[in-house]
Amino acid sequence: MDTAQDAAIAVRGLVKAYGSHDALRGVDLLVPYGRICALLGPNGAGKTTTVEILEGFRQRDGGAVTVLGTDPAHAGAEHRARVGIVLQSTGVEPYLSVAETLAMYAGFYPHPREVDEVLALVGLTESRDRRVRQLSGGQQRRLDVGVAIVGDPELLFLDEPTTGFDPSARREAWDVIHELRALGRTILLTTHYMDEAENLADQVVVIAGGRIVAEGTADTIGSRNRRAVEVRFSCAASTEPPANLAARRDGHDGWTLRPTDLTRDLHVLTGWAISAGVELENLRIERPTLEDVYLHLTGASADALEEE
Amino acid sequence: MTSARLLARQIRYANLSFWRNPTSAFFTFAFPLMFLVIFTSLLGTGKVQLPGRTVSLSTYYVAAMATYGVVSACFSNLGMTLTFHRDAGILKRLRGTPLSRATYLASRIIHAIAVAIALVAVTALLGRTAYHATLPTGASLGQFAAMLVVGALTFSALAFAISGAIPNAEAAPAVINATIMPLLFLSGIFIPLGTNAPAWILWVARVFPVRHFVVGMQSAFLGTAFHWSDVGIVALWGVGGFLVARRAFRWDPPR
Repeated sequence: MDTAQDAAIAVRGLVKAYGSHDALRGVDLLVPYGRICALLGPNGAGKTTTVEILEGFRQRDGGAVTVLGTDPAHAGAEHRARVGIVLQSTGVEPYLSVAETLAMYAGFYPHPREVDEVLALVGLTESRDRRVRQLSGGQQRRLDVGVAIVGDPELLFLDEPTTGFDPSARREAWDVIHELRALGRTILLTTHYMDEAENLADQVVVIAGGRIVAEGTADTIGSRNRRAVEVRFSCAASTEPPANLAARRDGHDGWTLRPTDLTRDLHVLTGWAISAGVELENLRIERPTLEDVYLHLTGASADALEEE
Repeated sequence: MTSARLLARQIRYANLSFWRNPTSAFFTFAFPLMFLVIFTSLLGTGKVQLPGRTVSLSTYYVAAMATYGVVSACFSNLGMTLTFHRDAGILKRLRGTPLSRATYLASRIIHAIAVAIALVAVTALLGRTAYHATLPTGASLGQFAAMLVVGALTFSALAFAISGAIPNAEAAPAVINATIMPLLFLSGIFIPLGTNAPAWILWVARVFPVRHFVVGMQSAFLGTAFHWSDVGIVALWGVGGFLVARRAFRWDPPR
């Protein structure tokens, strides 16, 4: 099913160099229609270069790229009408009002959305008559998203759409993105926030050193689902859990164990606690977070993980 | 939407922004008129000797400030606006939309020229009622219109060219004023160039376009001789500006 014909974005062997620096060393990527794909990677890994080539802002040195069936390097106005773009730092005219700005951009597209509909979607209805320069940073970012969707694009590029947002503004932005997905739009998103990727993305792609180093869902990427699980709990300092669980002390009254069989070991642990009348405080099962996996994949904390 | 309607809309939005931005409206529109009132109040009773005529300084300044208004709208304001739009990422964003680059560029140039023409009209009316300036009629109106349009286009082209040399938006006012202000002085815009002006100043005036532009504009207001060579030299600068702009003008913000 995931063939180039079915995909909104299809990239094969994409390479790009800046002088003697190889920014992209053969990137392969397929994003099917209607999916949200999160592209993760450290600064300088090639995220922005990849996205800007897909958007048509930069020319590639080699490889095959199609976006909605068109090569973005040679795309015309018709193609640009089907794509919405939120860049990291793009402004809009500061002296126009929010509604004027959306109406101006709507005029560029053959089948734009209603301005009022977009205002409601990005939560700016109250601010429709305010000048852009009077908006807060979070509101300006929402206007960025509004401008990108006013043409009713099939595909949306969001480059770090919530950087600098406070937590509630981020939740609101996520709601907007969920609504767009519900409308069947395809979205390619870059972000530094793991919870954002986890909350939004159907597909997570990690890029490092100009290559895709892992791809999967937020739950399975980097074999996250198969990586070691830990059980942690604390109990009265005078008691000790059964020796066959091989739990080790973790602080004054805390314990950590790595189960060989989670279900059976939990049964042993709770059975012992009930019969011994011990309260297992703070009992929890921990899996590596997406951030742990990401840091491992991108090498930043590979050593730290090895030591565990 | 047809491209003509799209262009008209872009001009309208450019105009809304222009009038709502206190700096652009004030410096572009109010400065030439303010200078006209100040100069004529201070010096208006004096006379200035021009080739073939002696005119009162107040009449002289009507032509000079009309010229200054065109330079201010088409060069200074347009150059700063383009640099700001580039650095704020507005140009890059537009490139990602179906709007053609030509429509955006045309809207900016046409708006700058419209502001320049409005400024010239206000200056001329003020000059007519308060400072005894003649208004161009008949053949001189045609010559005047040609000079005005060629001058406005030339300084617009130079604005695009110089924006490529401006590293970032904060530097725009400094770079633009540093290039245009000395030239305005050396071309007799603020202080008439007398017959005893130093030779190097006269040479500078002869080489650069501002002097030729103001002399061409003067003939309509002051009844001095009109030379198509002035229009030609200004137009040459315009062609040069256009060629440089094609290479130097950038859509992406500096990184």
